[in-house]
Amino acid sequence: MTAAFGVVSISASVRSGEVRALDVLDAHLEVVASHEAGVHAFNEVTAEQARVAASMIDGIVAGGGDPGPLAGVPIALKDNLCTAGTPTTCSSKILQGWHPPYDATVVQRLAAAGAVFVGKTNLDEFAMGSSTENSAFGPTRNPHDQTRVPGGSSGGSAAAVAAGFAAGALGSDTGGSIRQPAALCGVVGAKPTYGLVSRYGLIAFASSLDQVGPFAMSVADAAALLDVISGPDPMDSTCLGEATARSASRLGSGVEGLRIGLITEMQGAEGMADDVKARLALAADALSGAGAKVDQVSVPAVTFGLSAYYLIAPAEASSNLARYDGVRYGLRAPGSADITDMYLRSRSAGFGDEVKRRIMLGTYALSAGYYDAYYGQAQKVRTLIVKDFAAAYENFDVLLSPTAPSTAFEIGAKSADPLTMYLNDVFTIPSNLAGHPAVSVPFGVGDDGMPIGVQVLAPALAEPLMFQVAEVLESLAPPAPLSASRRSLRALGAPADRGAAL
Amino acid sequence: MPRSITTDDVAHVARLARLQLSQEELTRFTQQLAAVLDHARDVESLDTTGVVPTAHALPLVNVLRDDVVTPSLDRATVLAEAPEVEDHRFRVPKILGDSQ
Repeated sequence: MTAAFGVVSISASVRSGEVRALDVLDAHLEVVASHEAGVHAFNEVTAEQARVAASMIDGIVAGGGDPGPLAGVPIALKDNLCTAGTPTTCSSKILQGWHPPYDATVVQRLAAAGAVFVGKTNLDEFAMGSSTENSAFGPTRNPHDQTRVPGGSSGGSAAAVAAGFAAGALGSDTGGSIRQPAALCGVVGAKPTYGLVSRYGLIAFASSLDQVGPFAMSVADAAALLDVISGPDPMDSTCLGEATARSASRLGSGVEGLRIGLITEMQGAEGMADDVKARLALAADALSGAGAKVDQVSVPAVTFGLSAYYLIAPAEASSNLARYDGVRYGLRAPGSADITDMYLRSRSAGFGDEVKRRIMLGTYALSAGYYDAYYGQAQKVRTLIVKDFAAAYENFDVLLSPTAPSTAFEIGAKSADPLTMYLNDVFTIPSNLAGHPAVSVPFGVGDDGMPIGVQVLAPALAEPLMFQVAEVLESLAPPAPLSASRRSLRALGAPADRGAAL
Repeated sequence: MPRSITTDDVAHVARLARLQLSQEELTRFTQQLAAVLDHARDVESLDTTGVVPTAHALPLVNVLRDDVVTPSLDRATVLAEAPEVEDHRFRVPKILGDSQ
């Protein structure tokens, strides 16, 4: 199924000359103009650059050329992806005003495929958070209900797609930062296998966990985006050296005969809402009805995932964020007596509370006397999670779980208690620790009318299978309303003589 | 089992991490970090005897390239982002204090 105003449908219409890229862009920019003030998905809207790019795409089509598989598709980029000449802030004061000297590889690849960049999206500072409230520039609001969070950390990207500001977006996922906001905003969000997508130009948070991935309105659209950004890159030595099967290669294959495991430990977890549990059960029944063999499977070590993650990720962050010292770029506190004073004052003024907490937590977990008890033990837990997943995949093709424990919560509801906030990531973290792919698919709404996501987990490099199952799930999902602003995009359409195609 | 984190511990790691905390921040962060570490402590209940730690989930090998000079970032572009520059270099406040 391809969505209206989706990645695949837009590029097909632009490539065939039915619709102009500039009209598609302007339709989205009009929705931005009318709704962005309420949603605050963007740190910066790059409308003028986008118009220039869209006009170039139209010129290529007019000249008989092919602009590529993402011709004229409006895309939003999480503001921790480097864009040459356009500020990249990580929603942190410490990088305010910084202009990256180069484009991230994923940005280069999208541009080369004909994508048009609408803007840079808001995030929890340095991708640390689950609500996009930890932004130096203020929170993003959920397009389905502006009193609620969009999830995080890629909340701006999820909200931009849900609101109709862009057809697709990129985010980064270290412990669930693509999948959890996708679930809370009612869009598709995928975290690829570790190493499938280059991270050159993704500003590092936790290097053994970070991956770049797509948001879109449909599974096919997300797979199409992933196929453009994935693949070897000499600029990232953690990127897999070999090309892999296209993520979209098994779409339309159904689930007949596939073995799907419902992760037992992720059904009765602490704080899991009843409506989420009910939707998961409905999803399992639906897949079973479509011909899959659905059974319970135990993956015992995943219950320790959250604890292991909140030792490993801060440890890596404390090292990665040491580079922000006011010497080469970004904020420098003026009038410092000496260099140590400058470090102290620049970092203390530039980082927000959550970033400070994680840097200190990581420094503590790595410090003499505690290393073995915390960081060392967490790395061993990681081994157990990898082993337990491997055992589950001996009997199952893919696994199923909720994406998040509840629907989107009210802004401010969890911001005073970091631990409660961290519990949002309990179902998404294990895939990062194992390096496996996982995708969140919208599956109806909760008792409050807000979107619910179901997560499909797959073994390393099994993206084609993962999207195959996700697409079936999507086709069986209960109806869920589009946001008011995305509905306004639908009504707006392209010019009347060409709009029918979308 | 390690003891609970104290304000002295937090002050110590803040110094190591080059962060300056007010008294209010020190108290608040200590409580918050203690709650997270108390939760994280459940990893200790697992028997990990003989378990090999995982640093990266997927096998990684050294990646080598041919020793050929390729273009790097332009020096002027990079220096243009610096807070202070002198003579094509990053300028910083004095490194040795008066007492040193």
